[in-house]
Amino acid sequence: MEIVKPDQLQELLNSFANKDVYIHLETTNGAYAAHFKEGFFNAGAFIRNVVVKYELGKVAGESPHRVGLKLPSGWIYAQGITHYTVDEHDRLLMAGLDPDGKLAVALEISETPFTY
Amino acid sequence: MIKEERHVLVIFPHPDDEAFGVSGTISTYIDMGVPVTYACLTLGEMGRNLGNPPFANRETLPQIRKQELKNAAAAMGLTDLRMMGLRDKTIEFEDDEKMIKLVADLIEDTNPSLIITFYPGLSVHPDHDATGRAVVGAVGRMKESERPTLYTIAFANNTAEILGAPDVIHNVEGAAQKKLNTLNAHASQTVWMMRDMEKRLADKDPEALKWLHEEKFFTYRWE
Repeated sequence: MEIVKPDQLQELLNSFANKDVYIHLETTNGAYAAHFKEGFFNAGAFIRNVVVKYELGKVAGESPHRVGLKLPSGWIYAQGITHYTVDEHDRLLMAGLDPDGKLAVALEISETPFTY
Repeated sequence: MIKEERHVLVIFPHPDDEAFGVSGTISTYIDMGVPVTYACLTLGEMGRNLGNPPFANRETLPQIRKQELKNAAAAMGLTDLRMMGLRDKTIEFEDDEKMIKLVADLIEDTNPSLIITFYPGLSVHPDHDATGRAVVGAVGRMKESERPTLYTIAFANNTAEILGAPDVIHNVEGAAQKKLNTLNAHASQTVWMMRDMEKRLADKDPEALKWLHEEKFFTYRWE
């Protein structure tokens, strides 16, 4: 993955619009957050291989960026996106990495299902 | 002194769970000629360490960790490594009976005299607790006379309050290098920690040496 170039990411988001696509969306503080910092309120969410068709995808703001997908009757968004790549399966993988290189958020878009 | 066993079955959810507190024990059993099976439930697909600049992404991490797990097994001399195909952070959401059956099948297949796993409820990560629950569930259903001994790892902040002190302490000094090699095999997870640890070991920091040379377990007590 490399640091987001907003213009290129915008083009990639456009290329997946109006198609059935598989989504991976994840936010996390890590399973140990409340162990290392007692009282830490640990929250996160994870969905994988949910199929949607978005009509508009946008990258917004300075890094860490926000990425939003407008659906016919709903929304998907992620904030904190710093890195992206298109992998050998033509999947758009976006992630937000903190300064230590720990993933805090991921949003991935693919025309084929992700593995289990 | 490490007690002779017929067969040791180690069950953990993530590649590297075995490295920190059990790899010296596993290596020592193997050196003693005791067969060891390690069932690792997931490939740590949801690990957060990707590096900055990143060396992996969410989709390539599992393959990296799979290779690291194989390298770790080789470092311990372990030949019976079983990857169980579940997904990181989902163990507690699997059907409880399915999980108990997965463990029961492993027990039937390997006929262990000792099982090593996490202590349910005192192991911090939900996958650790769920793994321990499945093992306790499966062993608890066996006839008392046929149950293997259960050594558990517990490291929640309130462990001493609930369980007291660990009752089994293995001196694994003879396997120290294998333990370090096992930890280093899981580089994607351990490289930062090992940088610090190797410096402390070189300085002969007594706590670091104790961590390297002693592995501690709580024998599970059936009510």
